[in-house]
Amino acid sequence: MNGFAAFLDRLAFELSRANKLRLMTEFLRATPDPERGYALAALTGALSFKFAKPGLIRALIAARVDPVLFGLSYDFVGDLAETVALLWPAPDDADRPASGNGAPLLLSEVVAALATAGKQDLPRKLSDWLDALDETGRWALLKLITGSLRIGVSARLAKTAVADLGGMSADQIEEVWHGLAPPYLDLFAWMEGREAKPASSDPAPFCPAMLAHAIEAKDFDALAPSEFLAEWKWDGVRVQAVVGRAANGRKVARLFSRNGEDLSAAFPDLMDHLAQVPCREFALDGELLILRQGCVEAFSVLQQRLNRKSVSAKLLADYPAHIRAYDLLRHDGLDLRPLPFVQRRARLAGFIEAGVGPRLDLSPLVAFRSWLDLADARRDPRRFGAGADAEAIEGLMLKRADSLYIPGRPKGLWYKWKRDPFTVDAVLMYAQRGHGKRSSLYSDYTFGVWREDDLVPVGKAYFGFTDAELAELDRYVRANTINRFGPVREVAHEPAQGLVLEVAFEGLNRSSRHKSGVAMRFPRIARIRWDKPPCEADRIETLEALLKA
Amino acid sequence: MAAEGAATGVEVLPAELAPAENMAAIDILSLTPAGLYCAAGDFFIDPPRPVSRALVTHAHSDHARPGHAKVLATRETLALMAIRYGPGFAGSAQAAGLGEKLMLGPVEVGFHPAGHVLGSAQIRLALKGRTLVVSGDYKREPDPTCAGFKPIRCDVFITEATFGLPIFRHSRTSAEIEKLLASLKIFPERAHLVGAYALGKAQRVMALLRAAGYDRPIYLHGAMERLTEFYASEGVGFGEIRKVSGADRAKLRGEIVICPPGALQDPWSRGFPDPLAAFASGWMRVRARAKQRGVELPLVISDHADWNGLLATIRETGCEKLLVTHGEADALTHWARGQGLLAEPLHIRAHGEEDEPMHAAAEGD
Ligand SMILES: [Zn+2]
Repeated sequence: MNGFAAFLDRLAFELSRANKLRLMTEFLRATPDPERGYALAALTGALSFKFAKPGLIRALIAARVDPVLFGLSYDFVGDLAETVALLWPAPDDADRPASGNGAPLLLSEVVAALATAGKQDLPRKLSDWLDALDETGRWALLKLITGSLRIGVSARLAKTAVADLGGMSADQIEEVWHGLAPPYLDLFAWMEGREAKPASSDPAPFCPAMLAHAIEAKDFDALAPSEFLAEWKWDGVRVQAVVGRAANGRKVARLFSRNGEDLSAAFPDLMDHLAQVPCREFALDGELLILRQGCVEAFSVLQQRLNRKSVSAKLLADYPAHIRAYDLLRHDGLDLRPLPFVQRRARLAGFIEAGVGPRLDLSPLVAFRSWLDLADARRDPRRFGAGADAEAIEGLMLKRADSLYIPGRPKGLWYKWKRDPFTVDAVLMYAQRGHGKRSSLYSDYTFGVWREDDLVPVGKAYFGFTDAELAELDRYVRANTINRFGPVREVAHEPAQGLVLEVAFEGLNRSSRHKSGVAMRFPRIARIRWDKPPCEADRIETLEALLKA
Repeated sequence: MAAEGAATGVEVLPAELAPAENMAAIDILSLTPAGLYCAAGDFFIDPPRPVSRALVTHAHSDHARPGHAKVLATRETLALMAIRYGPGFAGSAQAAGLGEKLMLGPVEVGFHPAGHVLGSAQIRLALKGRTLVVSGDYKREPDPTCAGFKPIRCDVFITEATFGLPIFRHSRTSAEIEKLLASLKIFPERAHLVGAYALGKAQRVMALLRAAGYDRPIYLHGAMERLTEFYASEGVGFGEIRKVSGADRAKLRGEIVICPPGALQDPWSRGFPDPLAAFASGWMRVRARAKQRGVELPLVISDHADWNGLLATIRETGCEKLLVTHGEADALTHWARGQGLLAEPLHIRAHGEEDEPMHAAAEGD
């Protein structure tokens, strides 16, 4: 556990992606099973145990440290887990007792004990562990069990580190990931060439998603319209619906976000319908939408269904979920991804026409001959076939007819052409108290986009949201503060932890005053992307391209 | 004032030295706008502005200022002041030997090792059977570059409290040096830039590296050359030291470069191969502080007493009254009162800048 903690501590300070990768690969290479497997689970967020509440940790430290000294210390450090790790009155490193069996405390022991520990055992166990660990070990343990480990590493990067062990790619790991579980003995055996690729025991595995580049004005000259198909870019959530049959013959349906996050539990209505589709096995790529009376509702309506802990019957009835399909990736035992898009699309159309129930339909193609035609369609989708759904369209997708389905963001194959060019997905970095009647709320938001592996602030906005959204944002800011500077709070903003804001603006200027080199005109919060992880926010290159255009 | 003055032997102060609002008479010393002042002996201790006579605990710039008419300090401190401020740093300078007694008027004065940096001293004052010790900056951990701290019994103890919170329990310094050496193994192609204060910390880190068996040349930033040469002339061994100014930076892969903390984020650091920013400071104990400065490898190496060191020292002085200067005074006064001591914070404005990296003023030094 101390070794794992020292590694996490080092990783949390490392700034560059390449060096983070090096540290992780080295750690995974040098650490034996099953410890490295649990470490990987911690890095990818795959550890699931009942997290300890901050109240428990406060109670433990209150029994050991003078409350005034604790208060002054907590004010200074600003982080509960770290304050307690620093204050814990443990024996000196030199004469530290080992855990019960005489050996140093292992991460695997902690994971196993937490899986079985009852609520009343936890305080005792935790204090024994804190006694047995050094300061870094205590910090990592407290972060881990309060579910607040933030070290600036995405699950994707951790998987890349594993892949490096075996000279493979992260996508090859993703292929089997959903069938694996900590401590991933089979995965490491595969990477080290001791065993074959783990058989995917998952009947409904996720296929790593293919993503598009934002098109730039200069791109059009080099692209031939005849080689592309266009479709609407719906303003919902990109999903993958997967249906398969388990070993016992039972049908399994799953809904994934484009990062492979399992959304099934939040959409039982959709899962029922998917399971009833008369097809043994399929995986399709589409947009999650709310349809009422055959009409696509705005994204704000769909948001009512996102990030819900429980799903009430009323919610299901009021906001019926729907999938509008773009692509077919697997069908009846066949992997279609190595086929050109135009062929996959034909199969998708056939699949939908064969009868798939009311919750699934085909996203139509947009006919065009020239880029000029397409520009018209983008400007006014209503006249180009979208009809009443035009409001739910955020632009166009251009896909090369011959494009294979390649995970990640391959160059030159898929483009997105947004309706309003001036929006950007940015990450909330700082929040400041407002003025006047908003002075009790954190209502001024500074947001940033990625430059290499860091977020660089690009603007500040304090309107565009409803009062209800403001209340939610304020709550979010308070719950995710990592630093305070007078009226300003720094909010957690790491690749895997943070809040994405879709920011709309009127234009962009060069600015030497801003670290980012750009200044936005009239930025406003177009919407809050509770569903989107920060690592998927836009990059500074997107803004720089706008400057050039 | 008058009544208290009569009881402790403090004379009536000249008008320009009259105590302002938050100043207290402290037995033999008073806190005045010009710093800690002893009226009976007519001298100041570590005054921030030029005065007629200054006693200086150590050569850090928040304690030792140029321009005093007379300065009394250890021989090493005087030499370091001359390096920093030039030979005319004071009208006249007098060296005080550690442990020697001398009289300034009716006041008996003595300098005793503080273990902070080369030449650093505590100052003991005795008048009419009462004793007072001004700690200056100090630490309890052994340091190969200076004489170790010696606790002195006294009635009134004026202690520093830079790290006066119980979260500051510095880990073993040797473990921090191991961390640096381990990083060199993982990233043998990256230049490891170690930010360290020019006076004291830089030399201590180099000496610790040698003690850990590191035998490659150590590269040194220009701002530290003269101070380091003085340490070497005082018998501190550093092995082979090379100047960065004379080296091809692009070739310093896997080498250790010692530089002032401010240089870590400077254009200066850009010429090195994939530079890794390490920082040797007690502040590195708190992760957010290290992150704020973009430090990738925080090394908890402090030249100040940690919480346990402060507590042990206060007990060993046997003092009945404790005054807590710069740093985190609240926690320490709270603790001391709990121990039955008379304890007060003492707000001396100028202190705590040179070797507290979180202050902007420290960065250029
Ligand atoms: Zn000092």
